[in-house]
Amino acid sequence: MATVQSKQVSARIGGFFFVLPSILAIAIFVYGMIAYTFNVSLTNRNSASVKDIKHVGFKNYTELFADERFIHALGNLLKFTGVFLVGTLLSGFIMALLLEKGVAGEGLFRSFYLYPMAISFIAMGTVWRWLLNSSRDGDAGGLNLVLQKIGLGFLQNDWYLSPRGAMFAMAVPAIWQMSGYVMALFLAGFRGIPDDLREAARVDGASEFKIYRHVLFPQLSPTFLTVLIILGHISMKVFDLIIGISGKSYVTDVLAVYMWQVTFDITNFAKGASIAMIILFLVAIVVIPYLSHVNKTEREN
Amino acid sequence: MSADIVDRITHSTAPKKNRRQLSGVAQFWLIFRYISLTIILAMVILPIYVLVVNSFKGISGVYLNTAFELPKTLNFETWSAAWDWLAVPMGRTLLFVTQSSIISALIGSINGYVLSKWRFAGSNAVFMLFLFGMFIPYQAIMIPLTQFNKLVGLTGSIYVLVLAHVVYGIPICTLIFRNYYASIPDEIIEAGRVDGASMVRIYRAIILPLSIPAFVVVLIWQFTSAWNDFLFAIFLTGGSPKLAVATTALNWLTGSSNQVYYGKNMTASLMASIPTLLVYMFLGRYFLRGLLSGSLKG
Repeated sequence: MATVQSKQVSARIGGFFFVLPSILAIAIFVYGMIAYTFNVSLTNRNSASVKDIKHVGFKNYTELFADERFIHALGNLLKFTGVFLVGTLLSGFIMALLLEKGVAGEGLFRSFYLYPMAISFIAMGTVWRWLLNSSRDGDAGGLNLVLQKIGLGFLQNDWYLSPRGAMFAMAVPAIWQMSGYVMALFLAGFRGIPDDLREAARVDGASEFKIYRHVLFPQLSPTFLTVLIILGHISMKVFDLIIGISGKSYVTDVLAVYMWQVTFDITNFAKGASIAMIILFLVAIVVIPYLSHVNKTEREN
Repeated sequence: MSADIVDRITHSTAPKKNRRQLSGVAQFWLIFRYISLTIILAMVILPIYVLVVNSFKGISGVYLNTAFELPKTLNFETWSAAWDWLAVPMGRTLLFVTQSSIISALIGSINGYVLSKWRFAGSNAVFMLFLFGMFIPYQAIMIPLTQFNKLVGLTGSIYVLVLAHVVYGIPICTLIFRNYYASIPDEIIEAGRVDGASMVRIYRAIILPLSIPAFVVVLIWQFTSAWNDFLFAIFLTGGSPKLAVATTALNWLTGSSNQVYYGKNMTASLMASIPTLLVYMFLGRYFLRGLLSGSLKG
């Protein structure tokens, strides 16, 4: 017995050694580098030429919150997140609702609804820049032309060139890309509900509408939460989409784009690091509660 | 326990009833559903439709107000122009993406095996710390990462991207393999162990041959995300044309200064998307599995 046990113990230690390279890599490249970035954010490295590097406390952060550009980018990000979350949730949910009972050709619909996830926004930016073109009426192309054709001409607008509506316009391609993903998650949710529940309600004489409202929808609340968290953390990091469509333009500035400009165009590392830490903070408040929830349910199983 | 998440999604319960047997109300809803699904389909296809039709209109035949119209003749001018611009960057991308995907898959497989079948004290905590790495905004590591690359002499080589995609791919690859191996019964491992096989031997003889589906998922996931990546590419290759990859080359082409060549831009965008679209078309099911593992469910 003793030999078997010692063999198992050595196997477990062996297992640890096989994972050790990855543990070290994550420790250095994720946690170590986050700590390094945080440290940079507390220094005076405000240009590449600073020789006498010293700590300045949270000065960079307080300056950020007095920086009009930063506040503008943060406001844009929150606006974008709001529209993107609501729009993607709704459209993905509707897609799932339409498909959930099964229709002929379902596979085809599903595949097409999901293809945007396979393409980069740098590529799709070219065409979205066209679709979201601001010319109207006689000169119209893109969505403005579509709106005219279907009799909704009064909805034509400047899209991402409009100072007030820019972030709403930016959410359109984002919703286009992520809706299929949300559909897939909700579809999995719907189909994970045992058929007996539906049947039982039907036998009790509940109408279809009531079955959805009182039996099926409540079962989807875990899926709803997952979707919200996935979309939330993606939204905080939005970068390619903005660069692909409007580049570094002021009206559509968000934190990730501002961070890039500050760090690489004007080599203000301390300020760039501070913006990066704020994005990390926004992501962490969304993701950490979720991870601890996942961890708890895993242990229960 | 419900079946695997992708099976659940693709398990279509297509209506078995004949349409004639449906009541009037049910028939109405069925038609309503088809019309709605088709309208949504049109909206989803619209952007790629515009790319495709405009890629055949020639260098100077593309105009905003006729963007939705089919080309009158098939003109391949823009395809050869776009190819001249993208051939080298796309070749470079293919080269580095292949390497990073294979290395990522091997690492993920070993980690997943140990973390699901040979747990050690604290292995759960290790896994959770890995997972957080999957969600971080990469801006938070970009400054030290560029300095690290300079320090070890990687700057100026395409291996900066191999390193980045391998290291930051560890969480998702480990997760996919761990979930996959969790579905393999422990008894198989147990049986191997009783026969005196070592951990490594069990892996090579039993686990690895069973791992092909998970390898496909991880390989195409890593392939797609590295191919489409722009953030690492723009930060780590610092805009050097010598290191242009598909996304950065495309961005320089289509960036605001170059907007006159609409036709070429459209075609180049389509061309750069073809590899990942092909993967999606032929291996969509595996792609979906990778995509859904990011939600940590199933």
